[in-house]
Amino acid sequence: MATIAEPQHDTLPTYNDVTRDIANTLGSPKKGYYVLLGIVLVVLLVGAVALLYQVRFGLGVAGYRPPVLWGVYITTFVFWVGIAHSGTLISAILYLFRSAWRTSVYRTAEAMTVFAVMTAGLFPLIHVGRIWYAYWLFPYPNQRQLWVNFKSPLVWDVFAVSTYFTVSTCFLIVGLIPDVAAIRDLAKGWRKKLYTLTALNWRGTDQQWRHYTRAYLYLAALATPLVLSVHSVVSWDFAMSIVPGWHATIFAPYFVAGAIYSGVAMVVTLLVPLRKVFAMERYITVRHFENLAKLLLLTGLIVGYAYGIEYFIAWYSGNPFEKASFWNRAFGDYWWATWTMILCNGVLPLFLFFKKVRTSIPALFVLSLFVNLGMWFERFVIIVVSLSFEYEPYAMGHYTPSWVEFAILAGSFAWFFMWFLLFAKNFPTVSITEVKEIMPLPRKRKVHT
Amino acid sequence: MSRQKSGVLAAFRQVDAATDAIKALKELGHKDFIVYTPVPNVEVAAAIGHKVSSVRVWTLIGGLLGVTTGFAMTLWMSYDYPIVVGGKPLGSIVPYVVIGFELTILFGALATLAGVAFNAWKTNQPGPFDPRFTNDTIGIFVPCEEDRTGPIEELLTSNGATEVRYES
Repeated sequence: MATIAEPQHDTLPTYNDVTRDIANTLGSPKKGYYVLLGIVLVVLLVGAVALLYQVRFGLGVAGYRPPVLWGVYITTFVFWVGIAHSGTLISAILYLFRSAWRTSVYRTAEAMTVFAVMTAGLFPLIHVGRIWYAYWLFPYPNQRQLWVNFKSPLVWDVFAVSTYFTVSTCFLIVGLIPDVAAIRDLAKGWRKKLYTLTALNWRGTDQQWRHYTRAYLYLAALATPLVLSVHSVVSWDFAMSIVPGWHATIFAPYFVAGAIYSGVAMVVTLLVPLRKVFAMERYITVRHFENLAKLLLLTGLIVGYAYGIEYFIAWYSGNPFEKASFWNRAFGDYWWATWTMILCNGVLPLFLFFKKVRTSIPALFVLSLFVNLGMWFERFVIIVVSLSFEYEPYAMGHYTPSWVEFAILAGSFAWFFMWFLLFAKNFPTVSITEVKEIMPLPRKRKVHT
Repeated sequence: MSRQKSGVLAAFRQVDAATDAIKALKELGHKDFIVYTPVPNVEVAAAIGHKVSSVRVWTLIGGLLGVTTGFAMTLWMSYDYPIVVGGKPLGSIVPYVVIGFELTILFGALATLAGVAFNAWKTNQPGPFDPRFTNDTIGIFVPCEEDRTGPIEELLTSNGATEVRYES
């Protein structure tokens, strides 16, 4: 039979154009890619050296001082778990709502989810200090027949995050199978072998689609409540304790909204350069960015409301410790962190009410960076500032992160971007199959609508 | 699973042409033909008329197994080494809901994967393949002997197949 034709770019994309255009993003990387990967690897090396230094000399090299024994590591853990959430929102929840615009952006978001959870998962291990005992977090038969404390939110976290990682990875891999098969049928050399192996003998037969579409639907249906549960569980790490500023029933929805907010911002941060470098303007349009901007605005307003209601309840409750804690947040030692958080997460997103901002890709990119920054500071404020200012004045203290913590924080970004860069050049960051699905197949009879 | 069959392989550019051909093949009593599509298509699926995939049963069983494991594990472990924590009952159902829920999702998802793998293997359809079937072309393969290709080729061509050939 005939060979597959080269795409024509002066018309609306055809199925063949979609396959070709997206497959072209996987060609041999240019010099810029290697330079970027090199920078990322150097930063990762710095983080790894800092971690080894901490492993060698113990947690004392971090800035932990009583009463602040949860610092940058837990802040960064919550930040990365949060980043993961929008991926599942876009890939699973919007799939169940049959939202057609998600098809061009969901793969990037989904890959981001997996890599963000992979990054987040490192931090509890780094935080416990003795990494080699990390398996104590899991219930396993041991000599003393001692089991983990299932009443502790920290154990819930272990189950929630590991389940989230497993299910997100399954979802990503399952979604990739038909795309990898499409690329397999174009590829040559070692790539052909790689895609033949990873396509799992996919040929697009009626029986394969029959089982696949059902499985994909159920995975989406399972991932949807999961994503809501994971950040709720993370929020309960704090809300279940009696620290002023933590012990609030609003925490679960507040954290979930914040997670989706930060995740959407990270999707924008990733999509803007990706679209440019891979020449994906045909598939990732201004409309996609505007929809992401609307999601940012909605979740940003929820987060802003949560900030406001936290202060209101601190005043309205009449609880002096709660009042003092929130006063300290705004005007205490860490006022700069609190106001950075409020400015980035509560004020700047209000510009998204203007269509001009929502449809300006450079403006959205800059805004997404501010939201990322603000959301990291939000977690810093919740965790560090609350712990530094509890009940008794003699038990209060100040925490300053050490260079080790900053190096590991930078290394976490490098770790995340390394995986994303490797993924982007070897697997399609825009779904071939789902982009085609929203395009009509040619027909011999006219359809009357 | 089984050896490659021989038969007629046709390519279609139009979805309604392919569905017409599928319906015509079914009317003639053909059952074991294969339809290749680059994307899942409801019209093609309706024309073939498969039953809903049994993957859902796997998901349900996985989920039920997960919730049972979640509660059984937490309760058993609580009583196996009884330590009262925070004045709460040894077997505290409410906090164990979290573990039960997470394992429902985990086992449900893994069972779904196992289900799709098992069903894909069980219903594997050996037959010739063309790379365009994952790109932009719908393919139909009808298994038959070489001396009986004539009527099938004619049926496929008359319904709009752009290419028809015998594969052995």
